[in-house]
Amino acid sequence: MSTATVTPTKLWGGGKSPFNVEYGKLMMWYFLMSDAFTFGAFLISYGTTRFSTNGWPDPNEVFKSFPFAPEGVHAPLVFVSIMTFILIISSVTMVLAVRAGQNMDKKGVVKNLILTIIGGIAFLSCQAWEWNHLYHEGAWWGSNPFLNHDGTASSTNFTNYFFTITGFHGFHVFSGVVINIIMLIMTLMDKFEQRGHYLMIEKAGLYWHFVDLVWVFVFTCFYLI
Amino acid sequence: MEHTVAHEEHSGGGTKEIIRVTIILSVLTVIELALGFWMIGMPLESSLRLAVKGAIVILMLAKAFYIVAYFMHLKHELKNMIMTIVVPLALFAWFITAFLYDGNSFRNLRNTYDPHYKEQSTIKVEKKAENKHGESNHEETKPAAEKKAVE
Repeated sequence: MSTATVTPTKLWGGGKSPFNVEYGKLMMWYFLMSDAFTFGAFLISYGTTRFSTNGWPDPNEVFKSFPFAPEGVHAPLVFVSIMTFILIISSVTMVLAVRAGQNMDKKGVVKNLILTIIGGIAFLSCQAWEWNHLYHEGAWWGSNPFLNHDGTASSTNFTNYFFTITGFHGFHVFSGVVINIIMLIMTLMDKFEQRGHYLMIEKAGLYWHFVDLVWVFVFTCFYLI
Repeated sequence: MEHTVAHEEHSGGGTKEIIRVTIILSVLTVIELALGFWMIGMPLESSLRLAVKGAIVILMLAKAFYIVAYFMHLKHELKNMIMTIVVPLALFAWFITAFLYDGNSFRNLRNTYDPHYKEQSTIKVEKKAENKHGESNHEETKPAAEKKAVE
């Protein structure tokens, strides 16, 4: 690649794509990098606060409910693992949509985009249920009904961080679903067939995978650890 | 010609790779969940619990790698482009270390020099009666205000 035959000015001299990626896709990567820093800042702030506090609520006591389950059910990690799998599977269907786009297979794109959108909506519904449930237990920004692991009184830091970070992530999921719906409409209108490529789907795909990626971190930091 | 360029860019792996990565991600998640369930019964300050948490974090990073490398296709991009994204993210190493260390140090300082804080964090409290939202929202804030006044 850097052998002597190429004169140094050529690669970055214009008219070439030094990274061999389309401009929009490269910028999507840089946007996602900056978004990673935003999420990172949130999560590290959460971690710092947690490290500076003596007690912290036990996630297995807080997130133990399940839709349609009886009142006193104790099922930690069950509901959130379903949410995690929904997001992983929707990420897989998005990869399949991108791949179908590379093969100019319109039917495949439409089918997999619809599946991805359904996955996204399912995830959002799960989150809505969980927020609603926690709200009715008395948890919200500024109010924390849960006790620390060791039975001492807890501050509202726990709920503040939980609702802020999962809310910010949920907003990303929501915008991802909207973007995917726009992609679906554009595909159905044959926009990409006319352009001759489905590169737009790849950019939407990058965003969607990023949402899945962030959930991997949020899920670990709030529910597991 | 455009098409061939675009195609070359995405060489490597096919549906097989997608299935393989999906299985890996699912297995890693199942292991994480198994560790999570195992951790429920463990004593709070045990080193085993800390080790399990460390294992979960490593699994989390492995999952992140597979998503970014294969689903987002970063592994098959040019190395220079990968570097422009991965190198700035190395800042996180400092970011995480410095801030968590700071948080930990703050807790130690408070426990050493703030007896009130230390005492407060050892008093066990009864779980509050279910104060559901909408029903007793004002009552919830009132006693707190009264307490402050008394103090």
